[in-house]
Amino acid sequence: MEDRSVLELREMAENYKYDFKDPYLYKEVFEKGLDEEKVIKISKIKGEPEWMTEFRVNAYRIFISKPMPTWGNTEILNKINFDDIHYYVRPEEDHKTSWDEVPEYIKKTFDRLGIPEAERKFLAGVTAQYESEVVYHSIREDLAKQGVIFTDMDTGLKEYPEIVRKYFGTVVPPEDNKFAALNSAVWSGGSFVYVPPNVKVSIPLQAYFRINAKNMGQFERTLIIAEEGSEVTYIEGCTAPVYSSHSLHSAVVEIIALPNSKVQYITIQNWSRDVYNLVTKRSVAYENAKVGWIDANIGSLLTMKYPSIYLLGEGARGEIISVAFAKTGQHQDAGSKIVLAAPNTSATVTSKSISVGSGRASYRGLVKVYKEAKNSKVNVQCDALLLDPESRTDTYPVIEVHQPNAAITHEATVSKISEQQLYYLMSRGLSPEEAKTLIIHGFIENFVKELPMEYAVEMNRLIALEMEGSVG
Amino acid sequence: MLKIRDLKAKVKSLDKQILNGVDFEVKKGEIHCIMGKNGSGKSTLGHIIMGNPDYEITDGQIYFENELINDLPTNERATKGIYLAFQNPIEIPGVTLANFFRYTTKKFYSEDIPYPKIRKQIVELLGKFGIPEDTMRRYLNEGFSGGERKRIEAMQVLVYKPKLAILDEIDSGLDIDGLKNVVKYINEYVEQNPDTSIIFITHYSRLLQYLSPNMVHVMINGKIVLSGDMSLAKEIDEKGYSWLEDSIKT
Repeated sequence: MEDRSVLELREMAENYKYDFKDPYLYKEVFEKGLDEEKVIKISKIKGEPEWMTEFRVNAYRIFISKPMPTWGNTEILNKINFDDIHYYVRPEEDHKTSWDEVPEYIKKTFDRLGIPEAERKFLAGVTAQYESEVVYHSIREDLAKQGVIFTDMDTGLKEYPEIVRKYFGTVVPPEDNKFAALNSAVWSGGSFVYVPPNVKVSIPLQAYFRINAKNMGQFERTLIIAEEGSEVTYIEGCTAPVYSSHSLHSAVVEIIALPNSKVQYITIQNWSRDVYNLVTKRSVAYENAKVGWIDANIGSLLTMKYPSIYLLGEGARGEIISVAFAKTGQHQDAGSKIVLAAPNTSATVTSKSISVGSGRASYRGLVKVYKEAKNSKVNVQCDALLLDPESRTDTYPVIEVHQPNAAITHEATVSKISEQQLYYLMSRGLSPEEAKTLIIHGFIENFVKELPMEYAVEMNRLIALEMEGSVG
Repeated sequence: MLKIRDLKAKVKSLDKQILNGVDFEVKKGEIHCIMGKNGSGKSTLGHIIMGNPDYEITDGQIYFENELINDLPTNERATKGIYLAFQNPIEIPGVTLANFFRYTTKKFYSEDIPYPKIRKQIVELLGKFGIPEDTMRRYLNEGFSGGERKRIEAMQVLVYKPKLAILDEIDSGLDIDGLKNVVKYINEYVEQNPDTSIIFITHYSRLLQYLSPNMVHVMINGKIVLSGDMSLAKEIDEKGYSWLEDSIKT
């Protein structure tokens, strides 16, 4: 899984129908802004099969034909200038951030979280490689013995074209939304995971270990296929803040959970505070399969993300547990989408949001029950915690039921930290800040306990850090 | 240790006067009992000493170790050595008892003592007070029975080792064996730590038969109307509070 060398890229370019010999042309090609020609060039440079080039071009056309969303935080959304964005950066050109450019609050957080030096530079985009590469290689060997494929999406397409072609874009088609179309046109990086039938992957697959220049891309594309009876947990992101010099991040994640499989996808999103994070995550679950999205949104300027589960097979189950932390200046617009289309399917959604200062957290949820979904059940619980008078939360639930015997519940609560809870904890010596932090730990406990140990510890530490100085 | 001068206070939300000039002093190592009917202001007095934000002091002074603490934040009162065992401890969802102690003990124990060691002591103490170890994994006060709450509130005296412990209605919600058990360990602790001052707040004299207080006070309508020794408690046991109320009116 090596990055392509400049030489290789040139060779590829030579085979391309446009004249690519002059290296200066590269720069021209990848100037800001996007057109159909650039989309084709991205595909050719990567040496992709014809069908993928076509897929990209088609997606690009959809992207330009679709209007911007008219819902969500349109005020922030409409500030995106699509002509002012680099849509493809060759790996060897990327990650040239200097340590001095990294914002002070991020450096401080690295300090406080005790992130090792080498890792800091990587997270800040100063270096492209991270030392855990060695660890990752040994893990990959173990996985390979079981027939598990865990690689970046570009390599996946190159080495396993049949599998990729069969599933790519089937769960999230480019037509789905403007940003899914954009991702489909210009995607780079992301993960490709394939778990063979009945293989249970005992360790969580961490994007962290697979980290390389391609990993932190703006337009990541992840595809996870769990064959019948298999089990896998995937973790992306980390609690440390991730500095990005790109302001628009628009990823697509597709999960295919075949009969009797179990897939758990854990995300901890902590982008720096200037990033637009507009993500489409969707999964399909067949007979008796189980899919879980465990999703935390802490960083970014604006996040719009609604993990979805389509329960297509009888007895399929879904679970979404999410936490959103919106501090002053941030809008976390998150939620969920549950579609039940088969008998005896069930899903639970637990969404927790915390708004601090003028931070805004929104929950946008859809539950759709088709006629076929007899004896199905959905429980949705949304709890919002407001820490300051100017904090804001909104809930937009949509429930559409075509099966009369489905059992659907939706509960939403909005609360403030009660003065009596604070007083009680302070009577045991805790400062108001510590007391609030502890109450917040409690508020998100059902999320944290789903995380692997080391992530849970870091998550709690991060919440404590985020709370610092946010108490008047 | 604790000196209260002409303390007047009101309930903020109701703008209702609830303490009408309390004078009261507890010296180092003394045990006091404050008795009174419901609504007499005895629990309020405990909360005002602790700094409950529901109440506002309108007049008078509270001194702890000769320092005026009227405006001191609750957590600083706690770390200076005042502890209040709540009559109705507050539920904190999602915070396990273990996690609660992990945070709070940091304020009272030296950093050199590793938490597992403190945890072990806490589990032992819980055991003494009749609380099983797996309670450490339950969420603080959530779904705890009245008895469990009282035992855990009382047991924390032995965890934080305050200079002044105020135990508010520790006897309600506990059966007689439970009460005997709690009082036994509090008494044992006081014997071993004779400088500790304790205020028991109670409605009934039932509790007093297991204690040997230095003084008993009776509160009526937000004032301490009478102070005395154990014989006062016995008198209330026999006659109730009404004779005192009558004597105030005249």
